[in-house]
Amino acid sequence: MQISDLPKYPLSQDEITVINEVIKKYRDKKGALIPVLQEIQKNIGFLPVEVQKKIAAELNIAEKEVYGVATFYSFFSMIPRGKNDIRVCLGTACFVKGGKKIADKIQKELGIKPGQTTLDRKYSLQVNRCVGACGLAPIIIINDKIYQKVKTEEVMDIIYSYNK
Amino acid sequence: MGNKKEKIKSAGQLIKIRDELKNASALDGVAKKHKITVHLGTCGIASGADIIKEAAELEINSRDRRSIMFSTSGCVGFCALEPMLTVQSFNRKPAVYYSLDEQKIKKLFQKHIDGGEIADELEPITEGSKLADFFNYQESRVLRNRGRIDPFNIEDYIAYDGYLGLAKALEFADSSEIIKIISESGLRGRGGAGFPTGKKWELCRAAKSPSGIKYVVCNGDEGDPGAFMDRNLLESDPHSILEGMIISALAIGSRRGYAYIRAEYPLAVTTFDHAIKQAREYGLLGDNILGSSFCFDIEIYQGAGAFVCGEETALLASIEGKRGMPKPKPPFPANEGLNGMPTLINNVETFSNIAQIILNGAKWFNSIGTETSKGTKIFALAGAVNNVGLVEVPMGMTLRDIVFKIGGGIAGDNEFKAVQLGGPSGGCIPETYLDIPIDYEKVKEAGSIVGSGGMIVLDEETCMANLARYFMDFIQDESCGQCVPCRIGTRRMLEILERITKGKGAEGDIEKLERLAEVIKETSLCGLGKTAPNPVFSTIKYFRQEFEEHIITQKSCERLHVKAKVKKV
Repeated sequence: MQISDLPKYPLSQDEITVINEVIKKYRDKKGALIPVLQEIQKNIGFLPVEVQKKIAAELNIAEKEVYGVATFYSFFSMIPRGKNDIRVCLGTACFVKGGKKIADKIQKELGIKPGQTTLDRKYSLQVNRCVGACGLAPIIIINDKIYQKVKTEEVMDIIYSYNK
Repeated sequence: MGNKKEKIKSAGQLIKIRDELKNASALDGVAKKHKITVHLGTCGIASGADIIKEAAELEINSRDRRSIMFSTSGCVGFCALEPMLTVQSFNRKPAVYYSLDEQKIKKLFQKHIDGGEIADELEPITEGSKLADFFNYQESRVLRNRGRIDPFNIEDYIAYDGYLGLAKALEFADSSEIIKIISESGLRGRGGAGFPTGKKWELCRAAKSPSGIKYVVCNGDEGDPGAFMDRNLLESDPHSILEGMIISALAIGSRRGYAYIRAEYPLAVTTFDHAIKQAREYGLLGDNILGSSFCFDIEIYQGAGAFVCGEETALLASIEGKRGMPKPKPPFPANEGLNGMPTLINNVETFSNIAQIILNGAKWFNSIGTETSKGTKIFALAGAVNNVGLVEVPMGMTLRDIVFKIGGGIAGDNEFKAVQLGGPSGGCIPETYLDIPIDYEKVKEAGSIVGSGGMIVLDEETCMANLARYFMDFIQDESCGQCVPCRIGTRRMLEILERITKGKGAEGDIEKLERLAEVIKETSLCGLGKTAPNPVFSTIKYFRQEFEEHIITQKSCERLHVKAKVKKV
């Protein structure tokens, strides 16, 4: 995907204030790029290019370096996460217990691929490497809540229960 | 608790506090009749342990509170049976109640607490019950505190001899004595590579640092899918890791440490962060540790989701705020690590072993194990096995014993097919090799690695070609892209494996896979690339006919295996 293909999501004044505060907090700290990106990702849900440029300028780092780091780690996203963030675990234990089928089902029903967000921004989907809850496999996580031993035929009921 | 504590200033004071805590928590049958512990690890909470905790508190509050001690702990390690609760009554063996709900809690209190008899209808795990085998064949050393201490309360750790290893190390006339003991013990790195820990410490102690700065780093970036030993330790016994790190800092002369914990483990980060703060309050971390002149402090650094960061040089680059790209070695981190300074980097489980070795001696540690692999190893047993959970066994136990005695065999009516060890860097071990002992060298001879401890049991329903494809997909996605063999080679291998599993494989594809695998193994820059072909090597070696069947029949996984199942019936 080209950067120019990314849809634009305008930032609110509150979000801009948060970004400024995070940058201020870490400005003089060495090796602070990842914590800065982590806090902004957590608070506003994504890392748009304009924000990356701002971070580069304020922390005195090359823009390409910020972009390089932001696209290297899977926890950073340039597309806003949905109101409900769905993560399907595809660790080995979940995989051998049918995790892939669950991921396929969600993709088909919501019409999005891993890394994408529905147009109404209600749901986003990610596939996760192992979260280490292998005893409960297969699992999905919605907004930090773990659902265990999920069945393919039940997964959409779980997801749509968030649509209230 | 909760009040500002006075710092502990000496070993004597620490022992006095330990004794007081031990007395205070002992059951006496008069005022303190029962101790109830709810186990709250990530798996427990996901299974509803929070609700169980509330239900239990409600029951306790409606009774004579003073006769019941109530606490929470980390994970017990028997994941398949969450949520769980342990009742320890005066002069009785503990009973572990499992798969609980609110109804069962009511029954449990009526029978066990009010009636004074174990609630047999709930079939708790007690001495001699069948499920107790899960624990009986284990050797709990690193996991000694499982289910009995509250990870958010440092006093629980102290009550079980916590920080006494550190106190002892501080009393050595020369801190090189620490390294001598660790070397003698024969402890090897538990992260997967199995490098002798004492040797690593020695190199780091000897390394010259112009600025005098040396770092200690704990590798908590447990990325192998199917591995959760480190998550459990960080969540359930954080102080054992902290104590190991502090002792290592004393041994190499470091004042600053980092714990790198992956972002997928939010509860581990919270627990470890809390442990650091408590250790500082008690004078066990920070300036003048236990009243000595030794100063050392630790900071948590959270990962951001990249498998390759488990490789030590990539991890250090990540702490520096860069992309997690491995560097060629040498120089090794022991000489030039974080910010160019000598850096000691060990895995979570390795650090967890340290304090006990110092306290009990090298002989105690290496009295169990094999010729080359001493002590115990923790495995995350999962997949098609009955008793899924965390198991700690002496090195040298056979895989068969782990799968069938501790794991209780294969779930359902299916048949055993293989054990996958070591995640994407490891391989599959078939039935014929199940009697090899767990030992770094022996497992390697069988075509896999001990690895960090992920152990996934596979039954007949798993297609081995598809499993090889799964791991190649993983590695291809997680390759950092720096060196050509790994970046492009793994993609080519994935394409061939996809072709085969879709029923479109061509004659000669298996040989192509083997050739590519050989080149990638020989020419990749880091451990991720060098070991990337392992799952393919071992599946082709032991299950070649499954690849061939795909190619000959030109059938995809779905079609081929549906038919196979029908045939069986």
